[in-house]
Amino acid sequence: MLLDKKTAAIFTGLLFLLIFTFLLSAGTGQLYISPLDVAKAILGFGSKLHTTVITSFRLPRIMVAMMVGMALAVAGGILQGIIRNPLASPDIIGLTSGASFAVVSFLALFSTENNALTVSISWLPIAAFAGAAITAFLVYFLAWKNGVSPVRLVLIGIGISALMQAGTTTMMILGPIYRASQANIWITGSVNGSKWTDASIVTPLVLVLMGIAFMLVRHLNVQELGEDIARGVGSKVQKQRLLLLLIATALTGSAVAFAGGIGFVGLMAPHIARRLVGSAFGALLPVAALIGAVLVIIADLAGRTLFDPLEIPAGVFTASIGAPYFIYLLYKTRNS
Amino acid sequence: MDSAIKTEALTLSYGEHNIIDELDLAIPKGEITVFIGSNGCGKSTLLRSIARLLKPKSGSVLLNGEAIAKLPTKEVARKMSILPQSPAAPEGLTVMQLVKQGRYPYQSWLKQWSEEDEQKVEAALAATGLVELKDRPVDTLSGGQRQRAWIAMTLAQDTEFLLLDEPTTYLDMTHQIEILDLLFDLNEKENRTIIMVLHDLNLACRYAHHIVALKNKKVCAQGKPESIVNRSLVKEVFQMACEVTVDPLFGTPLCIPHGKGRYIVKESL
Repeated sequence: MLLDKKTAAIFTGLLFLLIFTFLLSAGTGQLYISPLDVAKAILGFGSKLHTTVITSFRLPRIMVAMMVGMALAVAGGILQGIIRNPLASPDIIGLTSGASFAVVSFLALFSTENNALTVSISWLPIAAFAGAAITAFLVYFLAWKNGVSPVRLVLIGIGISALMQAGTTTMMILGPIYRASQANIWITGSVNGSKWTDASIVTPLVLVLMGIAFMLVRHLNVQELGEDIARGVGSKVQKQRLLLLLIATALTGSAVAFAGGIGFVGLMAPHIARRLVGSAFGALLPVAALIGAVLVIIADLAGRTLFDPLEIPAGVFTASIGAPYFIYLLYKTRNS
Repeated sequence: MDSAIKTEALTLSYGEHNIIDELDLAIPKGEITVFIGSNGCGKSTLLRSIARLLKPKSGSVLLNGEAIAKLPTKEVARKMSILPQSPAAPEGLTVMQLVKQGRYPYQSWLKQWSEEDEQKVEAALAATGLVELKDRPVDTLSGGQRQRAWIAMTLAQDTEFLLLDEPTTYLDMTHQIEILDLLFDLNEKENRTIIMVLHDLNLACRYAHHIVALKNKKVCAQGKPESIVNRSLVKEVFQMACEVTVDPLFGTPLCIPHGKGRYIVKESL
């Protein structure tokens, strides 16, 4: 299936926008470096100072921001397809808060008196994934009533989400103080302090999961037409819905593990993408991924520069754009 | 009678409550069959079950002699397509993108999109008169155009059997006729077997070769409309008193209900 010209043009445009924001973000900070010098430094022709600042300090967090944005956007797109509702997103159906709860519980439960962890920190993404997965199944199970109605799913998601947030707060109070402040980072969502080790785990993880998601677009396309149509054309709906839900959950889990609960990206990015290229997922998912990446990179850039030397978590900015956007969507769909 | 779809002792239920009981039915091949019956008589349920969207409580549906439940679902989808009642397309999905979904059962990991897929989609758009509208979002079309887009999707599936659940619901009279004419042509020209549920008895009589009247979980009568549709059948199936006359244009049975209404006495000259 060839992409049409309009989609190709929008995709290319967004790709350039992403490269531009990437270079802009890498060049902005206490030391300003022009986008051209940034590109030089990344390609290995830059001055020593530029290269050090960019590759050691700025690049890893921008890489993580980009991957997290993509992961959340694609997860949101998948959820909107299987739930058949533009209001579905990882945060609204509780995946993000479930993953946050798992991460905070992990930090609280496996800490010693001396603030050391009793198990390796590399288990953290797995905890986040498990948290997202358990929440996904809990919500899906509770929302099931002769099939899952979108409204039920969203309402139960919001309920479970509140429960998970209460659990998160409890864990922060019960756990060591040092961990509580560390935990706070997860909840608001920030890529501050991301290192190359983080980037080198999250990048392949998200790329592979997105690759799988792109290979499943055929199934997602028929799912969005409703259960009867999907089954009528020969789709094994239940099996594929489970698989797609797993991918969305894994993407959300990966994002939350490395950047915490950066909110609303999974809602906004696929929605904007739908406006630009329509509802066919072959075009929607890649475009949403680019938009998600741009959103999180800009939110992170704003967070670390606008109130310098104070650092605001990126999640604050995505939420301050995302919350009004959500209200606008609710208002728009009030009659349907 | 040549038939490729049969039901054997088919019992359908929602929970404890049986909707269809021990039904043996044979659908004539190459004809238009219409299920009629009062609201809640199970005609839609029966259609859904034939299309394997609803699992029978007992008994089976046979497609070319094989139990449909045991066949791979994609294989069934290459022989039979179903258009459920009032489907909804996601916002912004174009007609072309919708129609393409009909090729789903022909695609796999290895075979993503072929020349044949493209041709079948083009043919489906042409048959439904949607070539001009193919890039329009489905949600911006009129009711009749939208229904044609969905039918185009089922046509792209390129199946011998076409099942439709009340394809004319919510359409005005012009569009009802437009849709039914289209289906009639598909049967005439391409010899497709069409099975559908219709509410309008008169339209059913006009377009169907074979009518199946359902009542009390059973088939109450079946056959050519002109042979079976009469006062007593309508009374029995719909609990409605009526006169059955002959359609002045088509010669098919025409049912005129008794009841209340304005009565105009023709003034004699």
